[in-house]
Amino acid sequence: MTHTFTKRELILILLLALGGLVVLPGLNAFVPAASALHVSSFTLSVYGKYLTYAVLALGVNLLWGYTGILSLGQCLFFSLGGYALGMYLMLMIGKLGQYKADIPDFMVFLEFLTKYPATGGLPPHWIPFKHFWFAAAMVIIVPAVVAYGFGWLAFRSRIKGVYFSILSQALTYAACLMFFRNDFTFGGNNGLTDFKFLLGYDINAPGTKRVLYLCSAGLLLLTYLFCRWLTATKFGLIQRAIRDSENRVLFSGYATADFKLFVFVIAAIIAGLGGALFVPQVGIINPSEMSPEKSLEAVVWVAVGGRGNMLGPILGAIGINSLKSYATHAWAEQWPYILGFLFIFVTVFMPKGIIGLPAQLGEIKRRYSARNQPTPVRLAPDSVPPVSSEGARK
Amino acid sequence: MTAAIPSPNLSLAHSKEFILSLEGVNKTFDGFKAISDLNFYMDDGELRVIIGPNGAGKSTMLDIITGRTRPDTGKVEFKRDTDLTRLNEYQINRLGIGRKFQTPSVYIEHTVFENIWLSLEGSRSVWSTLFSRITPMQRDRLQAVLTTVGLADQAEWKAGRLSHGQKQWLEIGMLLAQNPKVLLVDEPAAGMTDEETHKTGELLHSLEGKHSIVVIEHDMTFVRQLARKVTVLHQGHVLCEGSVDEVQNNERVIEVYLGRKKKA
Repeated sequence: MTHTFTKRELILILLLALGGLVVLPGLNAFVPAASALHVSSFTLSVYGKYLTYAVLALGVNLLWGYTGILSLGQCLFFSLGGYALGMYLMLMIGKLGQYKADIPDFMVFLEFLTKYPATGGLPPHWIPFKHFWFAAAMVIIVPAVVAYGFGWLAFRSRIKGVYFSILSQALTYAACLMFFRNDFTFGGNNGLTDFKFLLGYDINAPGTKRVLYLCSAGLLLLTYLFCRWLTATKFGLIQRAIRDSENRVLFSGYATADFKLFVFVIAAIIAGLGGALFVPQVGIINPSEMSPEKSLEAVVWVAVGGRGNMLGPILGAIGINSLKSYATHAWAEQWPYILGFLFIFVTVFMPKGIIGLPAQLGEIKRRYSARNQPTPVRLAPDSVPPVSSEGARK
Repeated sequence: MTAAIPSPNLSLAHSKEFILSLEGVNKTFDGFKAISDLNFYMDDGELRVIIGPNGAGKSTMLDIITGRTRPDTGKVEFKRDTDLTRLNEYQINRLGIGRKFQTPSVYIEHTVFENIWLSLEGSRSVWSTLFSRITPMQRDRLQAVLTTVGLADQAEWKAGRLSHGQKQWLEIGMLLAQNPKVLLVDEPAAGMTDEETHKTGELLHSLEGKHSIVVIEHDMTFVRQLARKVTVLHQGHVLCEGSVDEVQNNERVIEVYLGRKKKA
């Protein structure tokens, strides 16, 4: 990773930003619905959802691709961010719910009025969520605090590798089971849904959907730039040093647990922000978003797109989800097998993912032509043996 | 032969401060006594070689000094006033004790330059690494280290491209960059050509006096080249100490290395 953008990369990013931030929403806003070029609000929201997944993928990549920490529970933080904003959205429904009550429908249904009579049926911790600023703060704070607590325990105890992966999966599974419970006060099985207003705007209006989409695209761009910056600092060097040789870092005087904890909390905040924009566009958040297979899927996006660089995970998240939305129409039953096969294929044959494919093909081509040219043997620049070095000979 | 082992009484009368001292250290792994009543003292600025057959406890001893392993009993002190058994790896490193591992461990995806940069002495906090940039002074120091270990021309290479011997030197360079008081070097010549081994010996000699150096080694030719005080470890215990010749002519050492002789 270089500290500055290459020209090619800069052009690619500008094109993507132009397409995502201007063209797509422009086609939705200004092209008449009858035109073939029109992008419907529904489609725009679907892509908005993919963009929030791409944000999540960047967080996974920061952990896995750059620090070597494979967390299989990142969707927990995504969901926590989503729930935090969802709680605000629930309270904005007002009396427009099925029961025409002051409190969200599920609270009426679950007879919260008898449980929390002093607050009119609203559990006390729900009360501040009627303020948008509070919910927005919680979108960041809750995932950060949970990640800090879990990470502190895990990294201080030197839990590494596959053990960390399993523990993170157990954490999200435990949270999932907890959120399924009705008395956990977050809507149980059904979760939070039937949203009506966001900051006073009709959440289903095309204009609102467009703004939400633009926010997602903007968040993705900012997250991308932040990750680029972070990985180019000395901190980023240490991150990758931990990935490649953690003992050397530890025995060089760095408290590696602190560095891992910092990355883990950052990745959780990134996931939480993604989740917060996911919920109003999808219109629902329920515990199934925390189930372990969701987090596994996020890992597959990153693996397929290409970990250890910043564009791969974005490509993987958007690409696989586009494929999924097509495949689940055409071959709904087979989708898990397709995804599983894709993951295994990429892991075994394309360790650098789709983004690494051109380089990989180039390498194969070079090796092939080298084999057909007996002498002199041509090697890839990176594999030149350092025989000519002064240091080795003298 | 017992005269070669400094007793605690002798050590008190010693004029110089010991930079490193281990007293009555024991460590058992699953019933196997890896370190047994180990006493070891080292002067400031000394270059000391530790030899011993496989399983003699050489690497375990380094593990104990660097905080990777806690001893069951015994004292491990730095400069006679800091108890190392209470500190963890990075705290011990920050005191000025650097360790080179047996298999070269460098950051293969980073350039040689970056490898040294991350090792340079200075703040190790998360925040400082977020906003710190390399200073001209650090750059000079970095160049000096690269020159010392003979890797100035490979500064922009990815460390993964270096030969095995160069990786060993890079790791030694990473230790030097930390400007440690004590250098613990585990088998620096392992897997090196004769030429590289010789150069490593010269490098270690040039560092003598500026740093206190402990070298663990198997290769007797290399030990001979270093030609300094040798400590022989056997079954987690100091068997004898002395010059290379003294040690090589010591009956018990011969016994241990050449197989058990029945005692007359």
